[in-house]
Amino acid sequence: MKSAAFEYTRAASIGEACELLARHGDGAKLIAGGQSLVPMMAMRLVRPASLIDINEIAALKFVAAENDAVRVGACTRQAVVERDGALAARVPLLRQALAWVGHAQTRNRGTIGGSLAHADPCAELPLAAQVLDARMVLRASSKGKRTLDAASFFTGAMSTAIRADECLEEIEWPVWRESRTGSAFTELCIRHGDFAVVAAAAQVALDDSGRCVRAAFGLAAVGQTPLAFPNLAAGLVGNSLTEDLIRAAANDAADACEPGSDLHASAEYRRHLAAVLAARALHAAHEKAKAS
Amino acid sequence: MSGTLHLIEVDVNGKRRVAQVPARLSLVDWLRDELRLTGTHVGCEHGVCGACSVMLDGEAVRACLMYAVQAHGHRVTTVEGLARPDGTMSPLQDAFCEAHGLQCGYCTPGMLIAAQALLDANPRPTEVEIREAIGGNLCRCTGYQQIVEAVRLAALRVE
Repeated sequence: MKSAAFEYTRAASIGEACELLARHGDGAKLIAGGQSLVPMMAMRLVRPASLIDINEIAALKFVAAENDAVRVGACTRQAVVERDGALAARVPLLRQALAWVGHAQTRNRGTIGGSLAHADPCAELPLAAQVLDARMVLRASSKGKRTLDAASFFTGAMSTAIRADECLEEIEWPVWRESRTGSAFTELCIRHGDFAVVAAAAQVALDDSGRCVRAAFGLAAVGQTPLAFPNLAAGLVGNSLTEDLIRAAANDAADACEPGSDLHASAEYRRHLAAVLAARALHAAHEKAKAS
Repeated sequence: MSGTLHLIEVDVNGKRRVAQVPARLSLVDWLRDELRLTGTHVGCEHGVCGACSVMLDGEAVRACLMYAVQAHGHRVTTVEGLARPDGTMSPLQDAFCEAHGLQCGYCTPGMLIAAQALLDANPRPTEVEIREAIGGNLCRCTGYQQIVEAVRLAALRVE
C-alpha cells in the first residue's frame, strides 16, 4: 500500500502548472487534495510518472460572488466551501451535497475541483454540478482558457473532457435569482460518508401563486456520469408540484437510468432507489421553496 | 528521477524539522519511521480508517493521504503534541482515560486528533457534532459510546 516512485514538482502558479503539464504529457497528473488520487496510487490503480502539486497556488483558492454565479477556485478546500455561509445562501445545493462527502478529515484536504476532475459517477459534487449546470473553466499553457458546461465536461466514469495539458482553474456555480427557490440533496449509502449507492439532487423555484417556474434534478451512481434530466424538469415548469407529478417525473428519470449491479446493490434495487430518492429530493426542494 | 530527494522543512509539534525525503514517502511514514513519532498509527493506508489523523495547520487530515514532501512549510501536530508542555496529559486525554474511551488503543491517536480539532473549532459541541467529527475514524472495540462521552466530558471540563 505504498505509492510507486514518481517525480514531484510543486507548481508556484497556474501558468507553471500548465507548462509542466504540457512538458510531461500523458504521464503527469495534477495533485490537489489527493483524497482520491493518493488511495488510487497506494493501491497502484494509477501510477503517474510525475505529480504536479497545485496545493500551494493561492490563485486557485477563492470564492467570488458575481451577479448570476459564484466562482470557486478549483483548489478551494471542501471544508472552506462548506463553512461559507454567504455561498450557501446563494448556492444552497453545494453545502447540502458536501454534507454527504467523506468525513471532516477528507473535506479539510479535499478540493472542489479535485472531486469534479476525478468524476466518480457515485460522487456528490459532480451531481450537484450536473444538476445546476455548473461551468468549468479550463486552462492550457498554449491555448489559453475555455469553458465547458457540466453536460459536456463529464464524459464517462472517472473521465472528463479535460485534456492532458489542461488544468481545471475554476467552477462557476449558477445562482438562481428567483426569490422562492429551494433545493435538496439526499442519498442512500451503507454508512454516512461512504460512496453513494444512489444519490439525488433537486432545485425548484416557484412564483407567488406557488406554481413551478424553474426546476432541475438529477441522479448519481446510476450511470457512467452523474445524470440530469432537463426535459423532465422542464415538464414540471408551469405546474403546481403535486405528489403525483413529482412521482411521475421521478419514475421517468429512474426509467432513463442505466444502473449497474455490484456488491452493494443490484441494478433493479438501484433503479427503485433512483425513483424513490429523486421524488424525495424534488419533494424536499419544493417544500423549501414554498417556505421561502 | 525516482530517486530524487526533496528538502523539506516542517514544524512538527512546535519543533522545526528539516529532512530530505523521496516524493513517494507518505507523511505518516515520515513521522513514524524517520522522526520516530510512533504515536500516530497506520491502519489502512488508503484513507478509510482515520488512525493516522494528524493536524495540518490546525485542521485534522489523514497523514496516509499526504506525501511528506507536501508538508513543506506547514505545521503538523501529532498526538505527541497534544500533551501539556510538562508531559502530563491534556484534558481530552484525561477524559479518554476516565470515560474508558479506548480499549486496544489502535484508533486512539486518530480519535484524539479528530476530537481535539473539533474542540478547538467548537468548544461546546452537541452529541451529533461529536459523532460527525469522529465519523471518519473506525474503532473496533468500544462501540464509540465511551469515546463520545469522553469528548463531552472534556468539553465540560475546559469550559
